[in-house]
Amino acid sequence: MARSPLHSRRQFLQYTALGGAFAGFSLPVLAAQTAPDFREILPGSMTRAGADFSNYGQPSAYEKKVIRWISANSEMTGNGVSWSPLHELQGTITPNGLHFERHHNGVPDIDPAQHELLIDGLVERPLKFTIDALKRYPQQSRISFIECGGNSNSSFRSKPIQTPAGYAHGLVSNAEWTGVAVKLLLEEAGLKPAAKWAIAEAADGASLNVSIPVDKLLDDAMLALYQNGERLRPENGYPVRLLLPGWEGIVNVKWLRQLRLQQTPAMTRDETSQYTDLMPDGTARQFSFEMAAKSLITSPSQGMTLPDNPGIYQVTGLAWSGRGKITRVEVSADGGESWVDADLQAPILDKAFTRFSLPWQWQGQYAVLQSRATDDSGYVQPSREQLIANRGRHGYYHFNAIISWEVYEDGYISHIYPD
Amino acid sequence: MKMDISAISIRISLLLVLFWCSAALLAEPQYQALGQSASELTEQPQWNLTISPDGTGLPPGSGDAKVGQQIFEQRCAGCHGFDAIGASAMPLVGELGSLRSEYPEKTVNSYWPYATTLFDYIRRAMPPAAPYSLSSHEIYALCAYILSQDGIIEANVELNEVTLPQVKMPNRDGFSAVYPNNR
Ligand code: HEC
Repeated sequence: MARSPLHSRRQFLQYTALGGAFAGFSLPVLAAQTAPDFREILPGSMTRAGADFSNYGQPSAYEKKVIRWISANSEMTGNGVSWSPLHELQGTITPNGLHFERHHNGVPDIDPAQHELLIDGLVERPLKFTIDALKRYPQQSRISFIECGGNSNSSFRSKPIQTPAGYAHGLVSNAEWTGVAVKLLLEEAGLKPAAKWAIAEAADGASLNVSIPVDKLLDDAMLALYQNGERLRPENGYPVRLLLPGWEGIVNVKWLRQLRLQQTPAMTRDETSQYTDLMPDGTARQFSFEMAAKSLITSPSQGMTLPDNPGIYQVTGLAWSGRGKITRVEVSADGGESWVDADLQAPILDKAFTRFSLPWQWQGQYAVLQSRATDDSGYVQPSREQLIANRGRHGYYHFNAIISWEVYEDGYISHIYPD
Repeated sequence: MKMDISAISIRISLLLVLFWCSAALLAEPQYQALGQSASELTEQPQWNLTISPDGTGLPPGSGDAKVGQQIFEQRCAGCHGFDAIGASAMPLVGELGSLRSEYPEKTVNSYWPYATTLFDYIRRAMPPAAPYSLSSHEIYALCAYILSQDGIIEANVELNEVTLPQVKMPNRDGFSAVYPNNR
């Protein structure tokens, strides 16, 4: 196992070793020409009419394997998750049909004409809003990731799970959300000084309810109506959902029907039994809303095989932080002994996916690929060893440690824990 | 600042079109307050589903563990197992004191800080195929059954809107809030 530390980008990408592979082409000798029958020599798509227009476009028939991976309860099939196939995607925007899902009792069917949003409790004027009314408020847009607090939870287990990157770490997606600043509506209702928490309730089959600090609602919270330019998908909260940029998925309540202003949190099931982080001393962290900085190499990654040896591979992935902007992503090919700065693709946005990439020259050696993100608060993504030292093995939520892909000499890639 | 659109004539809106890039106008949000008064809704039961630890929101009713066990066996055991020790869905009882161990189990009785949450959650979410199908009496009885399994309440105690908030859960003090420091 060759494990020489990397000192520079130059060493990370040793182009020279590949130079020979491009030499040695020669031109074919041209035979005497007769009039060609283009129908024989052109691709079929050029010699016949194509398919008709469609009212709503679908992915190519050749992309059928690019799907969310569903993992639901056997007796309660609307309770579970579907994972975003991050290992199949590029750029930073998650297509709407591939945005991860977490439902507690299925996807409700809600007629927007019948849906009302109530803001009441500790306000001067309890108010209700129709969806049509919400659409008439000034619409703001922001690109933001949403990550389930339980994303990557399999990494707390003692053995690394062998599933493609997105199917272990893809309870996170990134979209352009458009809607109304919650602040506008709270001001319209008139917050009483004692109002410190809002109990957000969903109109789904679990009537999901959680408590949200008013400070966050007044800061950057949005009532999202649109997702990547079109109305929300049912599974993402149609007709209206909360977006709390950078905060764990559970508080980004979908199918929102009510914000009840209170002085104290309600201690609902999904902020006590669930979405609390059990620590080694037996106590649990509650209201751990922020999703800390994290990164993931999406390609090459688990289950892929590097086809060429030697070969140049574009190591690429995603980084995000619930506290702000990504400032740096480093990549290692030797299990963290040496690190090289990856290129960050613009735009680098607050609380949004940032795509990173770095070309890598592989020459058949055993390698361990890792990425490590830093955000503008100065926080550096921890190693798995560090995270477990701090939070133990039973936290389940908020796993944001470095994720490692092991490249064998034959090019096959699997998931490992290097520590 | 909100603008009363209805009071503005078409003529003035045309003027606004001409001037709407001026910084003075942009400094103030231009939107109409469209919230409708909802004072009549806020007392209605369908807008008061959440139950707080002090018992606010609990409906009248009562039930004990004996009745609760019968309901549990009919409506819950299929997923949560006989005796509520888990099947396709998680266990609800047992494992008290396990949280610090090498194999912690978070059950209602070992982990939940408030008994009121149990009423709140069962009413809104269980059984999954028919939320809100249980009466308040049945839900108090189910709470009594679950809590009595680990001796959190005596088997003959009747739970109601007064006694349920008084139940002290074993892990009541097991939580510390990360917010607002966020670290
Ligand atoms: C069809 C299967 C099914 C039935 C029937 C069912 N449950 Fe559940 N129950 C679940 C599942 C699955 C969950 C986990 C839900 C989630 O995580 O969102 C759950 C969660 C719970 C929880 C929360 C447990 C925790 O630790 O967070 C309680 C309490 C509960 N059920 C009580 C009941 C009661 C009482 C009944 C009977 C009235 C019942 N359940 C019937 C499947 C079922």
